[in-house]
Amino acid sequence: MELCSFLTLDSFITDPLTHEFMRKALLMSSLVAAVCGFLSSYLTLKGWALMGDAVSHSVMPGVVVAYALGLPFSLGAFIFGVGSVALIGFIKQKSRVKEDTVIGLVFTGFFALGIVLVSKIKSNIDLHSILFGSPLGISLSDVKQTIFICLLVVILLSIFRKDLMLYCFDPRHAKTVGINVFFLHYLLLTCLSLAAVVGLQSVGIILVVAMLITPGATAYLLTDKFDNMTVISVLSAIISSLIGIYVSFWFDLETGGSIVLAQTFIFLFAFLFAPRYGLFKLKKLFAGYK
Amino acid sequence: METINYQNFRIEAENICVDYNGKVALYDANLRLKPSQICGLVGMNGAGKTTFFNALTGFVNISKGKIRINGESVRSAQKDQTIAYVPQNEGIDSQFPISVWDVVMMGRYGSMNIFRCPRESDVQAVKDAIERVDLTDHLSTPIGNLSGGQRKRTFLARAIAQRASILLLDEPFSGVDIRTEKLISELFIQFKNEGKTILLSTHDMIHVREFCDLVLLINKTVVAYGETSEVFTPENITTTFGGISPDFLFGPES
Repeated sequence: MELCSFLTLDSFITDPLTHEFMRKALLMSSLVAAVCGFLSSYLTLKGWALMGDAVSHSVMPGVVVAYALGLPFSLGAFIFGVGSVALIGFIKQKSRVKEDTVIGLVFTGFFALGIVLVSKIKSNIDLHSILFGSPLGISLSDVKQTIFICLLVVILLSIFRKDLMLYCFDPRHAKTVGINVFFLHYLLLTCLSLAAVVGLQSVGIILVVAMLITPGATAYLLTDKFDNMTVISVLSAIISSLIGIYVSFWFDLETGGSIVLAQTFIFLFAFLFAPRYGLFKLKKLFAGYK
Repeated sequence: METINYQNFRIEAENICVDYNGKVALYDANLRLKPSQICGLVGMNGAGKTTFFNALTGFVNISKGKIRINGESVRSAQKDQTIAYVPQNEGIDSQFPISVWDVVMMGRYGSMNIFRCPRESDVQAVKDAIERVDLTDHLSTPIGNLSGGQRKRTFLARAIAQRASILLLDEPFSGVDIRTEKLISELFIQFKNEGKTILLSTHDMIHVREFCDLVLLINKTVVAYGETSEVFTPENITTTFGGISPDFLFGPES
């Protein structure tokens, strides 16, 4: 990791590839980023950012319990992720407390439960890797599970791509023409829980919500077409995770944080310079010169 | 024709009640509409107009009463694409990254396969519908770049493309330009001639007199229902709007 060794861009890129853990990290993080980016378009348009935050934090006790019982951690995470949303819905309906308050208190409650469980269940669970991610130390069984979940989410989102878009845009119309809105709601939630699970390996539970909203928000500033938005979102997510891992390798930084920071920088760039919706409205500026 | 035949009615709502977590939004409401009838739904904000629409489309469940659409359940009406809902402009996220074409195509989703791949006939239906609302020049325009009137026409085109026999329109004339208003009025006459049933909510009393054969005055429940000429009286309107005089609503000259 000597700084003087990347005098050329070539070695900056190729040197890390000589390490197996780096190849694996780059590949897996890109895959996870792509899946989260895909989902991100839907979540930002649906206005589910807070929901994403809630679900991603709530999976914590599920992961811990699953580890303790020797079950696939995705199963535990899924149950607690969807369970938290069900609980939020229930409390909201049965009390006068406002929704954002309910969301906040439910997910912090779940998260706290997870932390307490980790301290009680003396096992080989590494709290640090759950909280902050460990893309460089991902195990073979985790790789298999991650690939499986990613494929599942991509297939589901691809099949119901248009229905989900309609659901986000105008659920009332969807219902009126006989489309199962209930199913779509839970499909999106399921994908959210699954994406949170795979995302937490890359950047950890605390930051996974960034993977689920930042790429979508970036893409939203750059296009007026839904399909383009999805493509831009996926690409920006992949590029950020590559940049994040490389930078963390060369400068010895926390990997998860680097990935999210890269996403944030790309968002800021779009925020300032997006042709139509950027702060500087470059399109208008250039049109003025003509 | 002596026996009461549900088939005579497009919409048949009998004593319907809707509540949201115990708060009553609508109770004991009745409505019967036949083909080629245009009915105005008039009431204050919060009087249950949107709730009435939601009940008819099945977007909310009714807690009591019965709704029949063409003599069948709401669910089978959904499957048959019988009802089209044209939302209020405020009810739509106008910044959603979607084009006029894609919105109108959504009118066809219910009759497509699971992947929602448009067939030749779907493409044709969408083209025709967009032509009828005079938006052919804006096929690929994002809805965020449309005027309020153009956006309204986009959703009207979606309802046309759906080929529904019942149209529910939430405030079709609010926030639209003169040209759109004229076009919508013309379309209403065409729809009537095609035998469609129309239920529209409106704040504008002049529109009720102009288009509506029937009027349904509601304030959480039905205040009055019947032929516009008989029911749309200052007394009924005053009751509907909680004692505010029609002078205030119509302006002094009426």
